[in-house]
Amino acid sequence: MAAAPVFTKKEPLTFQQLLFRLQSFWAERGCVLQQPYDVEVGAGTMSPDTFLRVLGPKPINIAYAQPSRRPADGRYGENPNRLFKHTQFQVILKPPPSNIQDVYLESLAAIGVDLREHDIKFEEDNWESPTLGAWGIGWQVMLDGLEITQFTYFQQCGGIDLDPISGEITYGLERIAAFLQDVDSIYDIVWARDPVSGRAVTYGEVRFQEELQFSVYNFEAAEVEKLWEHLRMYEAECQTLLKSFQDLKKLEPEQKVHDRVVHGNGEPEVERDVEAELKRFPVLAAYDLCLKCSHLFNLLDARGAISVTERVGVIARIRNLAVGVAKAYAAQQELKAL
Amino acid sequence: MPDFLLEVGLEEIPARMIAAAQAELARRVEELLTRERLLGGGAAISYSTPRRLAVLVGGVVTAQADAEEQLTGPSWGVAFKNGEVTPAALAFAKKAGVDVAALQKVTNAKGEYVSATVLRKGRSAAAVLTEQLPKELAALYWPKNMYWRAGKPERFVRPVKWLLAILDHAIVPVEFAGVHAGNLSYGHRILHGDHAVTINKPADYAAALQSAKVLVDVEARRQRIRKALDAVTRTVPGARWREDEALVDTVTHLTEWPSVLLGNFEAEYLTLPEEVLVTVMRDHQKYFAVEDAAGKLAPHFLAVLNTEADEQGIAVIRHGNERVLRARFNDARFFWDFDQKISLEDRVEMLRSVTFQKDLGSYYVKTEANLRIAEQLALQVKERGVAVDELSLLIATKLAKTDLTAELVKEFTELQGVVGGLYARAQGLGETVAQAIYSQYTPASTDDAIPVTVEGQILGIADRFQMIAAMFAIGLEPTGSKDPFALRRAANGVVKILAESELPLTFSDLVKAADASSDKLAAFFRERVEFYLRDVRAYRYDVVSAVLAAGHEDVRDAMAGAEALTAVRGSEDFAAISAAFKRMKNILRQASEKGLPAGGVVNDQLLTDQAERALFDRANTLAPEVEKLRAARKYQEALEQIATLRPHVDLFFDKVMVMVDDPAVRQNRLALITKVLVGFSSVADFSEIVTG
Repeated sequence: MAAAPVFTKKEPLTFQQLLFRLQSFWAERGCVLQQPYDVEVGAGTMSPDTFLRVLGPKPINIAYAQPSRRPADGRYGENPNRLFKHTQFQVILKPPPSNIQDVYLESLAAIGVDLREHDIKFEEDNWESPTLGAWGIGWQVMLDGLEITQFTYFQQCGGIDLDPISGEITYGLERIAAFLQDVDSIYDIVWARDPVSGRAVTYGEVRFQEELQFSVYNFEAAEVEKLWEHLRMYEAECQTLLKSFQDLKKLEPEQKVHDRVVHGNGEPEVERDVEAELKRFPVLAAYDLCLKCSHLFNLLDARGAISVTERVGVIARIRNLAVGVAKAYAAQQELKAL
Repeated sequence: MPDFLLEVGLEEIPARMIAAAQAELARRVEELLTRERLLGGGAAISYSTPRRLAVLVGGVVTAQADAEEQLTGPSWGVAFKNGEVTPAALAFAKKAGVDVAALQKVTNAKGEYVSATVLRKGRSAAAVLTEQLPKELAALYWPKNMYWRAGKPERFVRPVKWLLAILDHAIVPVEFAGVHAGNLSYGHRILHGDHAVTINKPADYAAALQSAKVLVDVEARRQRIRKALDAVTRTVPGARWREDEALVDTVTHLTEWPSVLLGNFEAEYLTLPEEVLVTVMRDHQKYFAVEDAAGKLAPHFLAVLNTEADEQGIAVIRHGNERVLRARFNDARFFWDFDQKISLEDRVEMLRSVTFQKDLGSYYVKTEANLRIAEQLALQVKERGVAVDELSLLIATKLAKTDLTAELVKEFTELQGVVGGLYARAQGLGETVAQAIYSQYTPASTDDAIPVTVEGQILGIADRFQMIAAMFAIGLEPTGSKDPFALRRAANGVVKILAESELPLTFSDLVKAADASSDKLAAFFRERVEFYLRDVRAYRYDVVSAVLAAGHEDVRDAMAGAEALTAVRGSEDFAAISAAFKRMKNILRQASEKGLPAGGVVNDQLLTDQAERALFDRANTLAPEVEKLRAARKYQEALEQIATLRPHVDLFFDKVMVMVDDPAVRQNRLALITKVLVGFSSVADFSEIVTG
């Protein structure tokens, strides 16, 4: 198909420029720019900057890129459209401003999409994650037939109804870059261009090895028994933490009454500042452990080690952890707000 | 009289929900105005786009007419004791706002009471609408709602952006979801931009928005899309776009200012099966497929845009759409090639790890059960003289579910069965096997065709009946509106195949083959047959009841009965017979309520009256003839024969009293009518027929 000259009239953004532009756009609109979370996640939503920050009443505007690992989607670097690890750019606006759609559309202009030259539609697409006990209402945003963004009004997270709700905007960076640069393979995306020599470094040069080797690991080399063992260990540790938090929480009301009770023998009862202990309790660490479990589940799934029957059960186990963490986090936030 | 216009501006409403919401809002506004005596005879016109719902009502009464209202107070005796005004009377007069002297006496069923006539001042339409419309908006039904404002004051389909409410020139200050109504609307997001459009009066609405690049009239949008599809397709010689009513509907509700572009894809993708290509285009991209003059898929597609552009602009958008489609087709081709690495035969074992239902086990287990049923059904079909390729049927049944393990089906779940059939063909398993697998899920709905081949029909029945029987066996039958496994739809499929094929199978054959037994299952199937005859075949409900009351467990037989009954039910003789049978049934019911036995043999010695003897004789000669016709499935002739009983029946009821005092005669007459009733109800229970 002959490409008309109209497609080359502008120098499209490189992959890293696309990221810069989105970052500065959202920073200029009041977002805290966070770094990608450093535990394996399947989506930007799973980063604690989304999963935990959307809980409770505290407002937050935050944006970050999040490499998202989906072991089963790996294709050894052979499929031009599918990746084991793709990059999401995630924006959380809590509460969402009333003009959130307009601001989002402005962000497209900022990355070089002149909306007057394209066909844009907001088509119903409600997001749901059974493992996170989370769901929201929203759209997939279609640009000339390409889904470029998932736009969600988060309604529930970790089984907790949200108030205020959050607006979540998730851009698929590889797709958008391929669209802007008009390339048919993700691996042909120009990641960076040397400002002096003009030499282009492609997505393939930066990431192909990773796609290939992790596909080999995820599909062939990962030891199923060890994965199960890791899963059990992380799960157990997470459960232990959650249990301690719950036990501590149960002491809380009594603590106020018995605080200064002195024993008959004159010795003061050992005083515990339960509130302080709750406030410093490592709920965030428990969440990391939950994320580890989720990733191990995905690995086991990619290895074909989980039968459909087991699947439901394992998802429920991870959901229990996520819901437990969300509850603990919400309780902790409540204490801190007092 | 002024016109009223209401517009609710929203972030994009899901396309599937718009039509119903538009109709409901129009109905609610109209009912509100009627209830409040504000409708001046005009009708409501409604509009919608993805970003708005609107209702325009012509001729609204400016204010309600004043009305007199009659209030009833305490009893007269309490209000005026011995002619003296009591505090009760004073309190009531005060409450009603009238003078004590103006109180009147009324007499009702309970006695004499105090009454006052008060004048209720009519309220203005604006006041009523301002007060009532928020409630109507809040009550709109949405299949899925959301919260968006802090404190969660309301739920709605999507955030409300603006409200427009005007009575002619005047703004009606409605408030909903924190938004105050004005006289401003908004045009197309991109083509018009975000500056408001002032609507000066309701009648200007559609035109004002048209100049802001929004077609608010849904039908106008639909026609514009259809015309554009035609026009763009004409640029390809001999081409036609594949009609798709549902898709036209979807894109109508996805656009405010639609246009259509023709895109192309590389002809090499046409080597992929048409089913896969069309699914990708229709379900994933909302594109229309294009076919050539011979009806074969052509390497083009039609995309409906929510914008307009010149030729150069279209080129950009086309290029983007073509890229996406190419990527999707590549994916499909990748999955297709990947799936060929494991044959369907080798996938049978993989079914062990695909759960069918948690208490019923895997699809492997289901496949074994399907095989047992299919084998038995094939045997019976063959015994009754219908040819069936048993070997192919069993291979197809064994492989039918294996495509659930294929990547292509995981990606395009709507293609299950179809993909299995295509793979079977590609793997050289023979056309009969491929066809049966391919069509196992058809008919998908009541207006879908049944599988063409006998093998496909048997597989379709076996697969569905196995599921239904297994679910019933573990107590998962549908209840009320709950039918999570879509068993009703599955049963509708079974009934439709039995009704529209030549398979000589009855419900009992299925029960036997599945080794199932349950009264619930029988009742469930009877209900589905009834649904089929009434809703799909459109037989009158009384005809269906009459036929099914006669106990047709063979669906085609029931259909023949219904057909015959429909043909004769209008005749005068038949109507009279129906009425007479109803009368007989009533007499027997009354007799049984009195504890009188109704059966037994008719003793012809006791037939004293000429009329009862005539009926007895006629029934005796007619019965074998009717039975012969019934056995030969000549139902209409059988019914016509029965209709010849009329003069005898008429005369009987004219001259003979059944419930006489003499117990022996009475008993004998009850036996006679039982004989007539039972003897001539084998085709249909006429007493079910509604006459007159």
